[in-house]
Amino acid sequence: MVKEEKEIANRPDNTAFTQQRLPAWQPMLSAGIVIPGFVLIGLAFIGIGVALFVTSRSITVLEIDYTGVEKDSPCYKCSDADVKNCVCNLVFSIDSLFEGPVFFYYGLSNYFQNYRKYAASKDDDQLSGDLDAFTAPSDSCSPYDYNSNDKPIVPCGAIANSMFNDTFKLYRVVNGAKKLVPLDGKGIAWWTDYNVKYRNPSVTPLKNAFNNTVKPIFWPKPAYQLDASDPANNGFINQDFLVWMRRAALPDFRKLYRRITEGDYAKGLPAGNYSLTIAYNYPVLSFDGTKKVVFSNVSWMGGKNEFLGIAYLVVGSLCVLMSIVMLIVYAKFKFPEED
Amino acid sequence: MQVCVSVCVGEENWVDSRTIYIGHKEPPPGTEAFIQQRFPDNRIYTFWNFVPKNMFEQFRRVANFYFLIIFLVQLIIDTPTSPITSGLPLFFVITVTSIKQGYEDWLRHKADNSVNHCPVHVVQHGKVVRKQSRKLRVGDVVFMKENETFPCDLILLSTSRDDGTCFVTTASLDGESSHKTHYAVQDTKAYNTEEEVDSIQATIECEQPQPDLYKFVGRINIYMDNEPVARPLGAENLLLRGATLKNTEYIYAVAIYTGMETKMALNYQSKTQKRSAVEKSMNAYLVVYLCILISKALINTLLKYVWQADSNRDEPWYNNRTDTEKQRHIVIRAFTDFLAFMVLFNYIIPVSMYVTVEMQKFLGSYFIMWDDDMFDEELGERAVVNTSDLNEELGQVEYVFTDKTGTLTENNMEFIECCVDGHIYVADAICNGQVMPGATSMDMIDSSPGPGAREHEELFFRALCLCHTVQVKEEETVDGIKHGIHQGKSTSFYISSSPDEVALVEGMKRLGFTYLRLRDGHMEILNREDEIERFELLEVLTFDSVRRRMSVIVRSSTGELYLFCKGADSSIFPRVISGKVDEVRARVEHNAVEGLRTLCVAYRPLSPEQYTEVCHMLNGAKLALHDRDKRLAEAYDAIEKDLILLGATAVEDRLQEKAADTIESLHKAGMKVWVLTGDKMETAAATCYASKLFHRNTQILELTTKRTEEQSLHDVLFDLSRTVLRQHGGMARDSFSGLSGDCTDFGLIIDGATLSAVMRPAQEDSNSGNYKDIFLEICRNCSAVLCCRMAPLQKAQIVKLIKASEEHPITLAIGDGANDVSMILEAHVGIGIMGKEGRQAVRNSDYAIPKFKHLKKMLLVHGHYYYIRISELVQYFFYKNVCFIFPQFLYQFFCGFSQQPLFDTAYLTLYNISFTSLPILLYSLIEQHINVDILKKDPSLYRDIAKNSLLRWPIFIYWTLLGVYDAIVMFFGAYFLFDNTTFTSNGQMFGNWTFGTLVFTVLVFTLALDTHYWTWINHFVIWGSLVFFVVFSLLWGGIIWPFLNYQRMYYVFMQMLSSGPAWLSIILLITASLLPDVLKKVICRALWPTTTECIQQMYAGFGYVPTLFDSADKLYEGHLSEFTPLASLHAPSKAGGHRRGSCNQGNPRRSEPFRKKTMFTRWQKQPDYNTFTPLLRFADGHSKHAYNGGAGPETSV
Repeated sequence: MVKEEKEIANRPDNTAFTQQRLPAWQPMLSAGIVIPGFVLIGLAFIGIGVALFVTSRSITVLEIDYTGVEKDSPCYKCSDADVKNCVCNLVFSIDSLFEGPVFFYYGLSNYFQNYRKYAASKDDDQLSGDLDAFTAPSDSCSPYDYNSNDKPIVPCGAIANSMFNDTFKLYRVVNGAKKLVPLDGKGIAWWTDYNVKYRNPSVTPLKNAFNNTVKPIFWPKPAYQLDASDPANNGFINQDFLVWMRRAALPDFRKLYRRITEGDYAKGLPAGNYSLTIAYNYPVLSFDGTKKVVFSNVSWMGGKNEFLGIAYLVVGSLCVLMSIVMLIVYAKFKFPEED
Repeated sequence: MQVCVSVCVGEENWVDSRTIYIGHKEPPPGTEAFIQQRFPDNRIYTFWNFVPKNMFEQFRRVANFYFLIIFLVQLIIDTPTSPITSGLPLFFVITVTSIKQGYEDWLRHKADNSVNHCPVHVVQHGKVVRKQSRKLRVGDVVFMKENETFPCDLILLSTSRDDGTCFVTTASLDGESSHKTHYAVQDTKAYNTEEEVDSIQATIECEQPQPDLYKFVGRINIYMDNEPVARPLGAENLLLRGATLKNTEYIYAVAIYTGMETKMALNYQSKTQKRSAVEKSMNAYLVVYLCILISKALINTLLKYVWQADSNRDEPWYNNRTDTEKQRHIVIRAFTDFLAFMVLFNYIIPVSMYVTVEMQKFLGSYFIMWDDDMFDEELGERAVVNTSDLNEELGQVEYVFTDKTGTLTENNMEFIECCVDGHIYVADAICNGQVMPGATSMDMIDSSPGPGAREHEELFFRALCLCHTVQVKEEETVDGIKHGIHQGKSTSFYISSSPDEVALVEGMKRLGFTYLRLRDGHMEILNREDEIERFELLEVLTFDSVRRRMSVIVRSSTGELYLFCKGADSSIFPRVISGKVDEVRARVEHNAVEGLRTLCVAYRPLSPEQYTEVCHMLNGAKLALHDRDKRLAEAYDAIEKDLILLGATAVEDRLQEKAADTIESLHKAGMKVWVLTGDKMETAAATCYASKLFHRNTQILELTTKRTEEQSLHDVLFDLSRTVLRQHGGMARDSFSGLSGDCTDFGLIIDGATLSAVMRPAQEDSNSGNYKDIFLEICRNCSAVLCCRMAPLQKAQIVKLIKASEEHPITLAIGDGANDVSMILEAHVGIGIMGKEGRQAVRNSDYAIPKFKHLKKMLLVHGHYYYIRISELVQYFFYKNVCFIFPQFLYQFFCGFSQQPLFDTAYLTLYNISFTSLPILLYSLIEQHINVDILKKDPSLYRDIAKNSLLRWPIFIYWTLLGVYDAIVMFFGAYFLFDNTTFTSNGQMFGNWTFGTLVFTVLVFTLALDTHYWTWINHFVIWGSLVFFVVFSLLWGGIIWPFLNYQRMYYVFMQMLSSGPAWLSIILLITASLLPDVLKKVICRALWPTTTECIQQMYAGFGYVPTLFDSADKLYEGHLSEFTPLASLHAPSKAGGHRRGSCNQGNPRRSEPFRKKTMFTRWQKQPDYNTFTPLLRFADGHSKHAYNGGAGPETSV
């Protein structure tokens, strides 16, 4: 009797889990599933691919390089680093209505915003309005933390210092008269960036917060004067600044400059001649970079990108192709054991 | 409180000894010089030394050490990722491992801990004082009461019993629950009160602690009347820590080994770590990845400096260096860069792989313990896992070395017959110790032996009653081996460590001579006339497996002195000078062919002078401290000679249930089964046929002393190898992998003596060094090998030989007895059977199972699963880390080699720990690519995974390339999607971190595992991991975390998910990265299907239909029981139904004509190797004679 009790005590639990007999679904990559599956997936992908491709085709993109390397370029005169406050004019024409909303980007190439040192060169405390960090910027900003007089730089760091400072004015040329196209600078940065992540110090006027600090070396104006037209768009929540602070992942990038959504241009840029006045400040030739402006509209799938559509088409056709190959393989070498 | 050790001790120059003062009393001023030495206190386990020790152990592991270095580098230099990224996983790994180890440690030491604190009674100044066990010192005299457990190793001084004996169980040491007798020192056994014990003045000299539990040599010097008396101390005086005092009121004993020096503690340490083949492959892969890592870092460093040759790239105006950086030497900069790259890519070495593997093994091993099929009703035992490190090795076994007795057979001995001078006595109607009612107790075949014979007969019976070490237990207990003998009112049991002895003593009882007890040094037997005969037991020459015999010297009541000796025929016959040797030998050989265990019994009358001489020899040997074993062996050798043969006994050892089925399955699974036994060749061969190790069409090759006597070993070996090679030369080489049974199988029989000749190291004159190679060549071509007459060490030698052969096969040793321990320890996997010969095998094994038949499920199912699971785990781990890190590498080409990480710190840290580890861990715990039942039904599936086939280099490279491909698809997919475009419809651009997040999301989704077995747990974990990833990312990016000094991930993930193209590209990239793998699988499945896949295919159509398998089961069994001479008796008695109770009705024991016929036909094929023929003829001639007395007709077959 004692022995029996011992037996029961020592006996393993007879449950589905302990006996490894849990009910299970056992899918298998057999011909019957894979070939039709591949065909289906392939067809679906081709469908999506076609849709994407067509959509992408409908997107208009206008890119104009204004680095001024070539002598005949209107900005050639400005490419010399010694010329200050240089302004150049780009003239271009649009044949048919550039459907809106039109987005106005500036683009840089061979520019490494993704350098590790560069990427780390900012002080998040400063940028979230911490006044302590104004007087003592983080080490990560070095060598852009103090100026030669040991005054703290606000905003410190390489990213802020190298903020893109070319400015653009777009004119529509109608019968020889230049008509300014209104550009919308609102909402070009992430909403969360200018509402949550970046904060100005709660000091009014904002200027007082920057006492005893200096502007970044490269900047013409201090941070609290970035946008003279809109007092709310100054300091760290200036949208141009925020756009710049969201570093690009790759060395050739473009960043949103403005949107053309207002007035006569809500439907897009009408056909005609345009003139772009560029305040050429930003040096790129020293590192073989280029600068360009891009006008583009977007679709539901974002900007122009034929790659996605093509990729879908390629993968879709590969699927179909593979299913055909597999079909042949099965036809020829049908399972000898399958009986 | 002074404890000393003697450094130079008189005549025997052995340094490794210690001297203990009993009760810390110095001897009278002596001649010896002492140096004081502290012995460790009696503490085994402390908590606080666990942490540093464990840390040290863990950082000795290469992988952990590597991560420690990475961590330190991250702390010291400015690196791309924060130290947390490697610190946290490392911490996690270390913690989990230490928890696991700590838990195992805790289990192991729990008993010790309780011993540490339990109170002990120590005699001090004539009084008993309570002490904590850990304060016990060497030399303390300890007072123990019944049922107390010994706190340290003790020498027994005196007991409450007059004869100075005490009983001890060593259940917690080796699991043997039988009571063992230990003896007090003769000269002190009278001192059994505190005061008396305290007055003992003595020193003990003994060897320094050794792990062997069963060996001890020492000497006690007693200074009673200032006249030192030296007495030998042996294992019989030693009480081991952990053993328990039984049936004895109290004892006094002196502590000699304490704390970590006790034999039990030493045994914990001495076990060597076994490493599985998978772990070895894993380490090899790790080295490859380390090389990849270093080369990646080197390439990037190099390219960085090439690329930076242009100073505008090196230091563009927007990214100036600090002054200190500018001043740094270029070499230092380059080195720092190299280290930084190393840190960046270090995740390619899967940090969590070890911990996952460890957890998988640890948790996975529970499935073995939980397995209801491996639970044995009879013993009430289930499988035990001692090491979880070798689970997958169970799926890789190529050679199975099995013991015969107790492993293949039940070790449930039944006395069958005895033969005195050629007259045969059968005690029948005996079954498992139960006397069948109504049966006659004895059958005498030759009814009228002459008076001389009668005298011999009685002597024979008495010899068997006296020559043993059986104890009589007077009451019923739960544990131990029970054999009831009805004797008046009380029930007694015979208990012995050897079941043969019990069977013999019981057999004698049935033949009229009952062994009653050992009392006051006298053995009492009840003879046929119900008279009690008393014999004084003078000496016991204990059994050992080298001598293969034991003897007792007794003095009869009339004063005559006898030496009775029983042992294996090979060790008795050479020592016999008279007796009917030929008749007995014939009978022995006949019985051996029948598969019975035979023992020969002989005696030698001793004259008083001879006895004195014998005593002198024995005492001399026993007193020796040095080489005592050797001297004892010499003494035994000198004493056990000039014997007069009395007769022989035959004991049957039944085959274990389903042993044949198991062996056949193992064969089909491509394993080679070797039987290593100490038994006679004929007995072993018969068992081999019965257990289907040898088939009807197996061609037997013999390599035995018989043959090597005729020819030289050289010639025999060459002969055999020629035979084997001719056969195999004719066939295609790979036909060997075909199902066995189609072609001629070879079976080899080799005996111990020949083996040692083969193994003998090369002599200078001959080319005997080649013997090993030839022997191996022969063995390799034999599907079954029987090694008989093996000493325990030879078993290990064989295993070692095979292990070291050029293919380095994985070996498994299975056994139940102490003699199998060496081979269990030697083999890659050691399996212990919970048999009757104690628990030593179980204790030393890696896994223990109740019965041999459980080996089938253990290997074919559990081993198979574990191997599949862990190999997938390992490959997958490397794959996923390639996937993870390769994009980082590619990204360096687009960020100016600046070590910019692609992924955020949190993802780097958590990728291995939480996003990807659980699904694969779970997969590796419960994946079943094929149903359990199919695996059991079709052992050949085991061949699919043989030779570490899932971890070969091509497969590893395939996985790695797949990882690289996936990484490229993901990286460039994301790259081109990002290239100069906008993702959202509001025209905003994404940044650096979005890119990384996209790549990462694709990665996590790509864990589209190879799971074939989707239980709800898999669903839960896989989808749960994905959900966790999403939720984590949402949280991580959705909240401004106050403790972080950066918020770079803020809203990145949401922004990404809010854009349509991101979703589209995730789908696209996942599909694209899965395509080649799916294609490869499908094509391979179609063109080169493995057996596994065919089976999957077969059952895929209609799923699992239980009835189908059940019928297959029946078919299978029917097929199995076709030819099993011995097993046919035990084949689950189809007619009877009650298999155990009905065993010997009639005489179904043997003499099946069918079997003999088959044996003859088998051997007639190859008369060259037929040495059985004369033997059989002999046996045949005798069998009629022998079985005339059988109670029933020959009904079997």
